[in-house]
Amino acid sequence: MLEEKQMTQLKRILIENATLVEGMIAKSVKGLRDEDAHILRTVIEQDETKANDYEITIDELCVTTIARYQPNTKALRTILMALNISSGLERMADHAVTIAESGLYLIEHPIVKPLIDIPRMGEITISMLKDAITAFIDENPDLALKVCERDSSVDGLRNQIARELVSFMIEDPKTIERALQLSKIASNLERIADLATNIGEDVIYMVKGTVIKHHKDQV
Amino acid sequence: MEPEVKIKAEKVNFFYGKAHALKDINLDIYANQVTALIGPSGCGKSTFIRLLNRMNDLIPGARMEGRITMDGQDIFAPRTDVVNLRRRVGMVFQKPNPFPKSIFENIAYGLKLGGVRDRAFIEQRVIESLKKAAIYDEIKDRLHEGALMLSGGQQQRLCIARCIAVDPKVILFDEPCASLDPLSTRKIEELILELKKDYTIAIVTHNMQQAARVSDYTAFLYLGSQIEFGPTQKLFTVPKEKMTEDYLSGRFG
Repeated sequence: MLEEKQMTQLKRILIENATLVEGMIAKSVKGLRDEDAHILRTVIEQDETKANDYEITIDELCVTTIARYQPNTKALRTILMALNISSGLERMADHAVTIAESGLYLIEHPIVKPLIDIPRMGEITISMLKDAITAFIDENPDLALKVCERDSSVDGLRNQIARELVSFMIEDPKTIERALQLSKIASNLERIADLATNIGEDVIYMVKGTVIKHHKDQV
Repeated sequence: MEPEVKIKAEKVNFFYGKAHALKDINLDIYANQVTALIGPSGCGKSTFIRLLNRMNDLIPGARMEGRITMDGQDIFAPRTDVVNLRRRVGMVFQKPNPFPKSIFENIAYGLKLGGVRDRAFIEQRVIESLKKAAIYDEIKDRLHEGALMLSGGQQQRLCIARCIAVDPKVILFDEPCASLDPLSTRKIEELILELKKDYTIAIVTHNMQQAARVSDYTAFLYLGSQIEFGPTQKLFTVPKEKMTEDYLSGRFG
């Protein structure tokens, strides 16, 4: 297969990209927890540009591979899913930047509650992304399905954090701004988990050709 | 970094009698790269690659203007030895054209013609060339059988081996897969990608997808003029010229 080299290269770049984005999410949560402004700034000032560059490189590689080799069946599905995944990764990177920005605010303003659930959300989210990418590389639909199943636990954590923050805000309106920043962080992590879930769905389509999007409860 | 230029065509014009077949062609063929020439029938692509080893010399009334150099040497200079040039610039044609001799003799012929007498050397070179042309394993037990017994795809790879045997620097392919089935086509395409490590390759093809798959650079010719030249991945995704875009998307030609 003449396009094999391109497909291998595509997977390699996607892994690099995913590794970068995983690192960005981990750094933004860690920076917030450890009040490390320096690490948060590297996410904002250095990593985001790299993530954007990856998206463009992957887009170009996919377009060129389609134009030159007219891939069919699985190779075609892989390329289309790689495009989806790369745009998902770029959006995850944006969410990591938003978390880092809120983190910088919260370092300046004392936190309203101890950080327990957010690092927990971060861990699950990162593990979802890791597994989603592994599932893509190994073409493993079972692992991909497990990623989708974990999404609800992240949603649960987000709702719990939101309820808790509301009670803080009712009790003491001075906490509102800080509480909103925390709520924003939780929402961003929840979005990252959604995007990881999308990758899982894409992997299932890529390997099996079946669509589980939007009605995954029936799987 | 641009690769080294192996063959340079400057303001090349070519006439078949009064017919102006090539118009001001400026084209660089890079070393160890595959350059494809595409365009509708009669656009001059075959005429052009035939100039590169002076296959058009004997056509009555044909005339060339401009300059073509290989490694800086003018290939149309009076002192150029045409036989030697054709040894350095090999050619594979649309229809496989093995000699009506044995497989072995087909490959050895060029060497013998070139004055090589050392039998051990000839044998070694025959095997080496067949291996390079990715056909050795299929025919190693039949080296002394007639070459015309082979399938079309095998004959074409035999012709490639014959071309390689005399140690060329450049290989020209003129529609090498036109008479082959898809599987043999794929084998030739894979072979071309393998060969570019050692040789500079120019290929004329009617099949745009073949150009897209195998080439690093593509030139699009139309009615004797070069419309566009550039890296294949650019030409096939964002061509500069409207005409290239129209041709590639099948609107004419």
